[in-house]
Amino acid sequence: MNPSLESLSVTLITALGTKLVRQRDALGELTIEVRARDLTEVMTTLRDHAGLRFEQLIDLCGMDYSAYREGDWEGQRFAVVYHLLSISKNRRVRVRAFAAEDDFPVVPSLVKVWPAANWFEREAFDLFGIVFDGHPDLRRILTDYGFVGHPFRKDFPLSGNVEMRYDPEQQRVIYQPVSIDPREVTPRIVREENYGERA
Amino acid sequence: MAEIRNYTMNFGPQHPAAHGVLRLVLELDGEVIERADPHIGLLHRATEKLAEHKTFIQSLPYMDRLDYVSMMSNEHAYVMAIEKLMGITVPERAQYIRVLFDELTRILNHLLWLGAHALDIGAMTVFLYAFREREDLMDVYEAVSGARMHAAYYRPGGVYRDLPDTMPQYQASKIHNAAAIRDMNTNRQGSVLDFIEDFARRFPTYVDEYETLLTDNRIWKQRTVGIGVVSPERALALGFSGPMLRGSGIEWDLRRKQPYEVYDRMEFDIPVGVNGDCYDRYLVRMEEMRQSNRIVKQCVDWLRKNPGPVITDNHKVAPPSRVDMKQNMEELIHHFKLFTEGMHVPEGEAYAAVEHPKGEFGIYLVSDGANKPYRLKIRAPGYPHLAALDEMVRGHMIADVVAIIGTQDIVFGEIDR
Repeated sequence: MNPSLESLSVTLITALGTKLVRQRDALGELTIEVRARDLTEVMTTLRDHAGLRFEQLIDLCGMDYSAYREGDWEGQRFAVVYHLLSISKNRRVRVRAFAAEDDFPVVPSLVKVWPAANWFEREAFDLFGIVFDGHPDLRRILTDYGFVGHPFRKDFPLSGNVEMRYDPEQQRVIYQPVSIDPREVTPRIVREENYGERA
Repeated sequence: MAEIRNYTMNFGPQHPAAHGVLRLVLELDGEVIERADPHIGLLHRATEKLAEHKTFIQSLPYMDRLDYVSMMSNEHAYVMAIEKLMGITVPERAQYIRVLFDELTRILNHLLWLGAHALDIGAMTVFLYAFREREDLMDVYEAVSGARMHAAYYRPGGVYRDLPDTMPQYQASKIHNAAAIRDMNTNRQGSVLDFIEDFARRFPTYVDEYETLLTDNRIWKQRTVGIGVVSPERALALGFSGPMLRGSGIEWDLRRKQPYEVYDRMEFDIPVGVNGDCYDRYLVRMEEMRQSNRIVKQCVDWLRKNPGPVITDNHKVAPPSRVDMKQNMEELIHHFKLFTEGMHVPEGEAYAAVEHPKGEFGIYLVSDGANKPYRLKIRAPGYPHLAALDEMVRGHMIADVVAIIGTQDIVFGEIDR
């Protein structure tokens, strides 16, 4: 681990204490996991603590782990992943929080901590159906007006469920079930360890 | 006394100043904006979902189509994320070629921004000038990759091929006779590097021309000075990056602070604004073009002196040469497996970010060990910028909305993804 990451890791342990569930260092990036109910407090600490100072929320995205390694995933299905950047310390950290319930995933909103979270949370809500508690304006953002479903969930088909066409009889655009068959050109394959290496 | 009513006005999605398909719902008090609600997603193509159903290399051309005015910078972040997960080192020459094309792309992007921004607030000539220079750079794109825009030139492990020895030339036609063609081809006699060097020599004069038209122009200043002011604290909180952040006076540039490829060997300055208004962001971007030009010159010098491979020799990632393929069974198998099944990226997650012309462009890639990404998240710089539009336009006039959209350098390919 490089010295900057190591000092960050130590600072995180002292600043967060028991709120830090897991910490992982891989490929020169530090990932921490926290419980969803502690999120607002943890993020405020990350932003304001003198040794951390993560001023910027660079990215926020939803995750659906249900198909991970062909369904070989234990634990909650939905998570929210935050990428934070500290301009003053020149460091990054990744924070992951799993939503407690799979049927109705809820995570507290961070709009009050970083205003940048506003649209990112709307996007995660739109695409994954993760509800951000306390968000002032949780509307869909990327999908069409009146869209049904959350398209980035792993159980949502790539071709969607409905298609649109102009109906000359009714003289308006109508929705109908998709008429194309799903097609996979290259199958998805997970190979065993050391596949293709010389013995 | 007449009743005074607030108006709600719809702007776009079909409007020349909407830079694509932006739909804005504006709440007005007279001509003053009280609230702006951008409706986006009209260009949403679900790139991230499509990538989950394609092999790693098949999704690469989608990256060009995100921010379709700075194509190669998008590819760069994507291939860097894959390389990080796989632990591949890129040959030095390929790193220089990538830096060279990142900077040419930055010039390409800023030229379009400048032309469109100036056109939006009433200056026609700059647009025509900017497109004249863009044409040269598009020709360079075409010379190396075969495509003027959607290049698909960067590949995991390097770049698709080395810079060609000849620059394509104009042919005589009904419009241009032989003498005119000879004139047009004078700087196309040598290699692509010669052409880029000639461009880099001419380019500072062109920037001077744009500045003569705009920098001290009274109308330009009236339209941009004091418009859309963002304080440094707000810029950080709103997630700004790139020229939008530097325009507010924060000296932050990933090329300098978290250098990737060979940026740590390059000499360049980071321009920073003072007031955080549209005019400062204009000045920052103009200076960035000059600095990019400096980097281009340094790359050209190095590339002339140092030949070498431009893509990794790990054939689990990059295809073998045609000659080897026809002589060696193993290489043939490699080629076949790479283009049918694709490469397998080890399980893990990585975030790779580049200093894209618009700000920080990041790719968050999660792999579960398959030949396709498990999840790909594209961190588009324009997305938080547009989210801050409401805050930036409040209290301004309708005409200033156009100036602020222009200064944000909005491109819908990356915002809607």
